[in-house]
Amino acid sequence: MIRWLSQPGVRAAIPATMFLLIGFIGPLLMVLGYSFMPPRTFSLAQVPTFANFISIVTDSYYLSFVWSIFLSVLAVSLLLVICYPVAYGMAKIFGPWANIVTMIIVVPLLVSENIRLFGWVLFLLKNGIADGSLQYLFGIKLPSLLYTVPSIVLGLIYVYLPFMLFPLVIGLSMVPDTLKEAASDLGASRFQIFREIELPLAMPGIMIGCMLTFILSLGSLAESKILGGQTVIMIADDIESAFTFAQNWPKGSMLSVILIIFSGSLVFFLFRRIDLDRIIGGR
Amino acid sequence: MQNEKRNFAKPLIVVWTAFIVLFLYTPMVSVVLASFSKKRYFQFPVESWTTRWYEKAFVSLSVRDLLATSFSVAILVTILSVVMAFFGALAFARYDWKGRKLFQKIILLPIFFPQAVLGLALLLWFSVLGVTTSWVTAVFAHMVWIVPIVTLIISIQVYSFDPSLEEAAIDMGATRLQTLWEVTLPILSPGIISGSVFAFLLSWGNFPLSLFSTGADQTVPEWLYAKMVSGYTPMVPTLGSLMMGGATITLFVSYVAYTLFRARQKRRLA
Repeated sequence: MIRWLSQPGVRAAIPATMFLLIGFIGPLLMVLGYSFMPPRTFSLAQVPTFANFISIVTDSYYLSFVWSIFLSVLAVSLLLVICYPVAYGMAKIFGPWANIVTMIIVVPLLVSENIRLFGWVLFLLKNGIADGSLQYLFGIKLPSLLYTVPSIVLGLIYVYLPFMLFPLVIGLSMVPDTLKEAASDLGASRFQIFREIELPLAMPGIMIGCMLTFILSLGSLAESKILGGQTVIMIADDIESAFTFAQNWPKGSMLSVILIIFSGSLVFFLFRRIDLDRIIGGR
Repeated sequence: MQNEKRNFAKPLIVVWTAFIVLFLYTPMVSVVLASFSKKRYFQFPVESWTTRWYEKAFVSLSVRDLLATSFSVAILVTILSVVMAFFGALAFARYDWKGRKLFQKIILLPIFFPQAVLGLALLLWFSVLGVTTSWVTAVFAHMVWIVPIVTLIISIQVYSFDPSLEEAAIDMGATRLQTLWEVTLPILSPGIISGSVFAFLLSWGNFPLSLFSTGADQTVPEWLYAKMVSGYTPMVPTLGSLMMGGATITLFVSYVAYTLFRARQKRRLA
């Protein structure tokens, strides 16, 4: 044990590990503890119960889960189609320009998410930029664009686009060009090359991108609140109102636990199949 | 044959990429447009322009308070995260030790975690531990998310770092501290600098973690959100534009400083 502790790697890992134990693992364990406490109580020293779980399943709370999963699946599939050509360009075509494109795409990430979503509100608003320009140029009046399901999906796609794009770029740059040329010389069609070589070799990147965007949009709060009004209640909305307005910590905890187990098992599945050293370090 | 098809696909991909970039910048342009619009309610096309909202923002004391809170949180988060992440990155990518694979996964978990849920879990954590939430707890909350990100950014630099340079310094009689200061830090400086810029700006713009961890204090993104929900005021796009301006200046200044720093380093080595 002492010999293990004296390794430089272990000592370097201590600050971050201790911090995450206190700041991440601790709170999660406590949320887990609260999820089995009787509803509307504030202490952990009570007899565990499944009451919260039962009330979530029997009340209409599962609806927000269904909506969240549906919207996330939709956003992830659209993102995959939207980002694939761009990622292909960045990995294989743009050459030195790829760095500049990367910078241009990273910069919006550094602007607060809700400012950018508010920009879409201004764009989609009645008499806003989209509606106003169409009226001005063609005299067309649009039906309300804001506070609809498509506007939420737009928000999800917009906010999480880089989280799909960059893993795809990493995945696609792991496909050696020589392999594709060899296949082409041996008479493979473009579709065959895509299906038999490009897709399997880029799969780790594709999987990371899909998982990351799925998990992030599953737990998203700002998109449905700012762009969706109250059209759809997503799961993070329910969790927030249980913790804040309703002051029902155990119920909020149980909702969080279900969400965490759901996305956690996806992450676990993903981590078992990929090698981080290879993807991050290019080894 | 294949090359001909490539040539056909290439312009399409370029056009599509340009379209995506346009898509990414559309809302930001919208916010800036609205901040210069004279009307109390935003309407497009803008009929008359004004800088009145900026004048109002600059003299407003509450705006100053908001900016000061956001800035204090971001600067503390940056310093603490970068120190922690520097060592974290060495453990992540430089050393080979038993438990490293597990460590890598633990570091990545908070990035893969919904921020709003993390914020609420931390709110619960603070109230059970009896900690009153304020901007200081917001620093803690931001770090749970930002330390892993900065660790990852510095790790990428560490992967391309040749450990034999450190060994050479030690063999030639340098102490551990000297090696760290004269060899490891300068070589890793690009990663450390981009890590700090990310840490600062991600904390500066963070909303979901701040929402539940600042208590009575308020950061700019929280204030903006409160105003967005309760009704439009021209101060929202104005302060939003100022936030974007601040981010742009930070990026630009750190880029220039970094270029100058590299040039000096090269001259020293030459």
